[in-house]
Amino acid sequence: MSETALQAVGLVRRIEGVVSHTLINGINLSVEKGEFLAITGPSGSGKSSLLYLLGLLDAPTEGEVIICGQPTSKLSESERADVRLTKCGFVFQFHFLLPEFTSLDNVLLPMRAAGKMSEKDMRERGLELLTSLGLKEHANKRPNQLSGGQRQRVAIARALSNRPEIIVADEPTGALDTASTEQVFGILRDIADDGRTVVVVTHDPALAARADRRVHIVDGKIDGTTLLSDRTSVAVGAAAAEP
Amino acid sequence: MATNLLLDIAWTHVTARVRQTLVGMAGVAMGVGFTIMMAGLMQGSQIDFLRQLVDTMPHITVEDERRSVPVQPADQEYGAVQISNVANVNNRPGIKYPESVMTSLRSWIPGDVAPSVKTTAIIDHGGGRVGVTLVGIDPRLEIRVSKLASQMRDGNIADLSRAPNAIIIGQALAEKLAVKTGNTVLLIGGQGTEINSTVVGIFRSGLRRVDEGQIYSLINFAQVIMGKSGIINELRLRLNDPLIAQKVATQVEAQTGYKSVSWEEANSDLLSSFSVRDFIVLTVMGAMLLTSSFATYNIISTITHEKRQDIAIMKSLGMREYSVRRIFIIEAAIIGVVGTLFGWLLGYLLCYGWSQITIYNTLTGTTVPLSIYYSPMHYIVAGGISLLCCTGAAYFPARKATSVHPVEIIRGAS
Repeated sequence: MSETALQAVGLVRRIEGVVSHTLINGINLSVEKGEFLAITGPSGSGKSSLLYLLGLLDAPTEGEVIICGQPTSKLSESERADVRLTKCGFVFQFHFLLPEFTSLDNVLLPMRAAGKMSEKDMRERGLELLTSLGLKEHANKRPNQLSGGQRQRVAIARALSNRPEIIVADEPTGALDTASTEQVFGILRDIADDGRTVVVVTHDPALAARADRRVHIVDGKIDGTTLLSDRTSVAVGAAAAEP
Repeated sequence: MATNLLLDIAWTHVTARVRQTLVGMAGVAMGVGFTIMMAGLMQGSQIDFLRQLVDTMPHITVEDERRSVPVQPADQEYGAVQISNVANVNNRPGIKYPESVMTSLRSWIPGDVAPSVKTTAIIDHGGGRVGVTLVGIDPRLEIRVSKLASQMRDGNIADLSRAPNAIIIGQALAEKLAVKTGNTVLLIGGQGTEINSTVVGIFRSGLRRVDEGQIYSLINFAQVIMGKSGIINELRLRLNDPLIAQKVATQVEAQTGYKSVSWEEANSDLLSSFSVRDFIVLTVMGAMLLTSSFATYNIISTITHEKRQDIAIMKSLGMREYSVRRIFIIEAAIIGVVGTLFGWLLGYLLCYGWSQITIYNTLTGTTVPLSIYYSPMHYIVAGGISLLCCTGAAYFPARKATSVHPVEIIRGAS
């Protein structure tokens, strides 16, 4: 029996206002440990909203997100921040690196925020990550001295720095050229192969095809699930919605 | 959350905006510097004035009157008797056994005491008549309780004993009546007594009402003018520490039964106006510091606005909201601390600069440097309030910026 890293149960995200708008409408989803899950769908379908809910960046109106067996719906904002810091690594479409800091300083940021390692160990870990992503010689450069692909790799190194169980990536290759896209996706694939769970939102069907499983979202609901590898997986859509 | 990380980020933010940061620091420095200068100047002038005041008059005056109407014998004998329209008869027989009272006081007060006779008179010279207060003194004892000897501009206090019916008059009065040392003037007492007197000295206390309205003679001459021989109606006390005058006056009054007025009580209206002035000055200084903190508010507002994306990223990475907020508070504190240090320097230099300016002092009649009071408390209070204003000014934009949900900013950037 495989271990569940991430689970969404009856997720609903509704924006209340003069006109209420439902972004996510009753999604049930389980992601195994070490699985590479691609979330696809047309623009405005709710892919990113789902990702933010899964990564605890946003809180659901209804339902529950369970991360590594820990229910999160009753956690305070500070406790949710702690879970994000230790169990989730984020990669966004734009690198979102702190511009005044070097690559290494950016990678060190989550580790320093967690404050669980010595300065020396943190620097060793940071350099090790940058080296593994081919950025050793760029460790002391600032983001504006790097190419788009290099910046995104630094962002991935930052996401990995606290050894999170889950990597959540929102269109990580959306702003990259073909070569960089290939490189970044390769890195994410390797991360999953190393046993970490990777959840990626992408528009690119070719890239989504390289995931273990693809979940297609339309109008905030799971429209279809495609198993792409021989991993044992459980994909449970909204009972009525998923075919 | 590691404080070093927050400090690093804060330091990076402020050093990345050198011009803005310097403007903020300059604002704080100006606020602190001018506040220190104002405080030094105001307190300096106030202390100078009070010193002048205290030097000019006795610290405590024991008068031959009671504060309240004495209890009537009928009241003592018959509790049910009601006596109405009792007047405090203006009967001032003088202080009884003044020598004994002075001996007793000298045994415990931290200072000295001298007797005097105070009465009113009219001084007539060349047709000009001015009402004055005549104070009869003992020159040997007077030098222990007043600065009259050092206030003499012409002649000296001992000359009172060297001529018959000698008097010493204030410089303002002398100018008013065109009197010089050696001139003879006519003194008219309350009982109609008219005596020719010789002016043997001229003093200047610095207080116009004294210099224009008070003259000195020997005790017995004042008694003659008053028409009451042997009377002593005032004891004048000078203390080693004028600040305990009120306390000692209360004790003296309790012991002697005579009304004892400290210099503070005698000038309570003036001291009360000082309190109002202090309040106004404090308000102005507070406003200056508050205004200087607006520069900090502006800078932190700008930084938080520019760093919205960074804030969102730090929060999405797992940094808590209050930790991110602290970054901006630290930035304001850096601006505040450095600005305050420069403000202290500026304040000191301004105070020094002002102290080099000389002005004509109407109290002393001389040109003197502006009186500046240097106190570490001015620096501590100005710096403390400034830091408080800076961090307070940073708190609100920081709170607003960090309370925004990171998803809103990330979505906006995507």
